Amino acid sequence: MTYIFDGSLQGLLSAVFEWFERRPGKVVLQSTEMFQPEVFAESFTVITDTIKADRVWAGLQKKLKKEWLRKFYCSYLSEIPEVYNHLFQFSIYIFKHAAGAESNYGNEHVIALSKYAKSVEREKHRMEAFIRFQKTGDGIYYAGIDPDFNVLPLISNHFKNRYADQQWVIYDLKRKYGLHYNLIAVEEITISFTSGASKQNPASELMDENEFLYATLWKDYFKSANIVARKNTKLHVQHVPRRYWKYLTEKELP
Amino acid sequence: MSDRIREKLNILADAAKYDVSCSSSGGTRKNENKGLGNSHTSGICHTYTEDGRCVSLLKILLTNHCIYDCLFCVSRKSNDIKRAAFTVDEVVDLTMNFYRRNYIEGLFLSSGIFKNADFTMERLLLVVKKLRLEQNYNGYIHLKTIPGASDELIKEAGLYADRMSINLEMPTEAGLKLLAPEKNHADVIKPLDFVQKQITQFSADKKLIKHIPKFVPAGQSTQMVIGATPESDKDIMYTANAFYKNFSLKRVYYSGYVPISNDTRMPILGSQPPLLRENRLYQTDWLMRFYGFKVQEILNDANPNLDIDIDPKLSWAIRNMQHFPVDVNTADYKMILRIPGIGVMSAKKIVQARKFGKLRIDQLKKIGIAYNKAKHFITCADSPYQLKDYQGTQIKAFILAESKSKYLKTDSNQMILF
Repeated sequence: MTYIFDGSLQGLLSAVFEWFERRPGKVVLQSTEMFQPEVFAESFTVITDTIKADRVWAGLQKKLKKEWLRKFYCSYLSEIPEVYNHLFQFSIYIFKHAAGAESNYGNEHVIALSKYAKSVEREKHRMEAFIRFQKTGDGIYYAGIDPDFNVLPLISNHFKNRYADQQWVIYDLKRKYGLHYNLIAVEEITISFTSGASKQNPASELMDENEFLYATLWKDYFKSANIVARKNTKLHVQHVPRRYWKYLTEKELP
Repeated sequence: MSDRIREKLNILADAAKYDVSCSSSGGTRKNENKGLGNSHTSGICHTYTEDGRCVSLLKILLTNHCIYDCLFCVSRKSNDIKRAAFTVDEVVDLTMNFYRRNYIEGLFLSSGIFKNADFTMERLLLVVKKLRLEQNYNGYIHLKTIPGASDELIKEAGLYADRMSINLEMPTEAGLKLLAPEKNHADVIKPLDFVQKQITQFSADKKLIKHIPKFVPAGQSTQMVIGATPESDKDIMYTANAFYKNFSLKRVYYSGYVPISNDTRMPILGSQPPLLRENRLYQTDWLMRFYGFKVQEILNDANPNLDIDIDPKLSWAIRNMQHFPVDVNTADYKMILRIPGIGVMSAKKIVQARKFGKLRIDQLKKIGIAYNKAKHFITCADSPYQLKDYQGTQIKAFILAESKSKYLKTDSNQMILF
């Protein structure tokens, strides 16, 4: 039997609720987007219900430590199609067993979640490292990104705490939403770009007058810090995979 | 103005790059009063140089003018290079503007010694005070302790810096005497010891009084140059071990010597830096700090140098086959950590997971152990029955046959210099 849900976290949690109410035996969870009807398989469409979702989440909070709640949430943010079923099965497994069952790394869903969460945390950490702000003429620090996973909710606090005295915008170009810190709080925004405008690099006339100087100094620094005799391109690319180069000021062609 | 600052940055970043530490971890500073910056517990590498090293901090010298003539150093007095010096404001401005753009985690400030130790230390102090007090900057600061600077200056600097470091340079006193006759290890030990005592004092006071300022919250580190003088790996690691123990250092760095001098006492220009040896030393360092190995188990009179073709953990296992195979379903955590192919994370997962049932090979693989290496040293629920007991040397041959060293292409063994 297949359960189909709308792809939201609340939908996923609602699906767990429905399973416990009906106890239909073995079920696979899929999102509407990924669902392919099969001739002989039964399916059931889960209706997202915030009250049911909240009850399931509260139940998970009782059973799991913070660390595992975070793994659960991070895995969800990976947006990988297979992750939803793992999260669903993991929840059922946790509710069916005594507290502490999440440390059973022999269980396929436990190990899957810990792997997805690790990938998402890695991407989050990479965004904290590789985001490069450009200072615009009106004093806002801007960065456009397109991360593999939906990590904006995870990096918001880091940037808010660190850059408390400057306005900044981090925009997810792939998912078409961003964060704006206005010196008081972080809010979600959407930008309508003028067609043809580069979203990664705003036009130079929109930039702060010193932006070019500091970008140049940073590129100089990057070059000077390298020790040619130790050149190791393989290691370099392992640490800074090519797909991130477009973010990096120091990797821009002169 | 911009051309001059570019030139200065090029000269003073180039001169600072041989200090390998770029760690920004261990800081605990929070962003206070809506200022700029904070520490990230595990540190962040914002980029990596083309040689694969982390770039976390803006690592520069305040000046490369120096009164000393240490042979292993590019900034030595007798070296004919361009000299430059930053003003205090220039360093502050660069740090703030790089930090605001998320280029860096903070500043690593060092300096050549000009005039004398106190004069130099005072200048460094001016920079960090201006950042902390005037600019409300809470990002990471790694400051070099200048040997010979007065206790008062060092103590004041410790109130603003997150980490302080001072380099041993050569692993043994004899090595240092050979290349830097004006220096000795005692000059390094004295300030290391002083700062360590202050850290202990401050944290003891902190338990009694709440509002004690931070003092070097990310601790101290040091660095040794490897391969410029003829020390054995044993000499190097025994020195490192002693410094970890005596001064509670957070890190000892091993820097493979990159030839920069024509002097006949040193490896010739153009010879390859000993990268593989450096790697093996770091592996040993990790085994000492995270895997519960005593340095004497890995290096001793019978084995004064590390194997080049295999890592030190495998090397230890092969010499001590009496401990293996280890049953991962019953052995204690400490022993599991000693199995080649199993790291700290996997060892922890194994110990947790086996409470739910005996672990099988497929589960171990999913947990993430390097099974092809580990299989020679473990038994688990479904291990194949083995009639034959292999010798350590045979196992080594098996493992080498199926693995390919990433260093093979550029393999350059440590040169014989003397």
